[in-house]
Amino acid sequence: MMTKLRNRDLVIRGLIQENTIFRQAISLCPAIAVTSNLRNGLMMGLAVMFVQAMVNITVASIRQFIHPRIRLPIFMLVISGWVTIVDMFMSAFVPEVQAQIGLYIQLIVAFASILAGAETFASKNKPVAAFFDGIGRGAGFLIALAFISAVREILGKGSLLGMPILAGSKPLLIMVLPAGGFITAGVLMALFNFLDSKYQKKSEALAGSAE
Amino acid sequence: MNHEFIKLFEIVIASSLINNFVFTRFLGLCIFFGVSKKMETAAGMSLTFTAVMMISSALSWVVFNLIMVPFGLEFLKIVIFIGIVAGLVQASDTIMRKIAPALFHKLGIYLALISTNCIIMAVPVINVDEHHSFLESLALGLGSGIGFALALVIMASMREKLELANVPKPFRGLPIAFIVTGMIALAFTGFSGLIPE
Repeated sequence: MMTKLRNRDLVIRGLIQENTIFRQAISLCPAIAVTSNLRNGLMMGLAVMFVQAMVNITVASIRQFIHPRIRLPIFMLVISGWVTIVDMFMSAFVPEVQAQIGLYIQLIVAFASILAGAETFASKNKPVAAFFDGIGRGAGFLIALAFISAVREILGKGSLLGMPILAGSKPLLIMVLPAGGFITAGVLMALFNFLDSKYQKKSEALAGSAE
Repeated sequence: MNHEFIKLFEIVIASSLINNFVFTRFLGLCIFFGVSKKMETAAGMSLTFTAVMMISSALSWVVFNLIMVPFGLEFLKIVIFIGIVAGLVQASDTIMRKIAPALFHKLGIYLALISTNCIIMAVPVINVDEHHSFLESLALGLGSGIGFALALVIMASMREKLELANVPKPFRGLPIAFIVTGMIALAFTGFSGLIPE
């Protein structure tokens, strides 16, 4: 039996320890594709967070009725249903964003991270816990996307959310090009690794002195 | 006829070089980084991938234009396409196991990976968005397969060397792979403008 985690811990686990982008390195495609400015990055992150949370709730509430043999097709159906809803919602309320990142919104269906959430957590837990797990995973994704897109928008366009902040300096065109996305993601990942190894060394030293 | 052929050729070139799925559209990255560690797996993956891609784009074109459009079901395209892809992968897994066990032994593991690849979903969706004809859909499938194969092979040959390089510790593994990909992507921007608008 798995030890019971509190809801707050579930959120933090998804946010940091199992961060989708920096730690597990899955669902990377949109992380680079839609992050040439902060608004698109945030929208994508919100969409994923919503889909993840709703899929987790749905799967967790119908988990008794799913035969283990056919669970994957059922998860796919649930996911594609929620993705269709998000896609329609976005074309109705934010059509200009949808026109830019619509393809990637539709591709949330093929996200390994959402399927992983449904498979490893939601299908074994109660809806409320599954909801918080989904929020945590989604928020981890959202934050990673926000970081990457903020860096790229500041350096590539000299603005943040459309407001100019680096007026006068020449923006680096490479940052808004596809190449910049890869490089930014690589550097941020290395930074995450670096901070993490520092943190672990510290906690190991603490544990050593306690003994 | 000749004009049509040129159009198809254009689609193949455009989708494999100019709009290379990995380097300019950022699709299929999970597989790209996962499989590009060794040359042999990269080659096997690209072969399987191109085949599945062509079949799935043909199949989804037929289903979309002959079944979904007449019944006005376009809004269900995400649900239906993912169903087609998952079903196709499962079917080819079973068929290959029975008919060509040797081939299955070599390529079988890649098949399972393919269903979580976003390119395989992207090709049908792009076909629908751009109102491609049947042959054009096939051409897009082929072109994206070639482009993906090209990307995988380039990356695999670089990563085999990268294993031996002395990379700073936080950059080891994925981060440096990302940065290298960024540089290849920069080189690929040189292809834009190959076909005049």
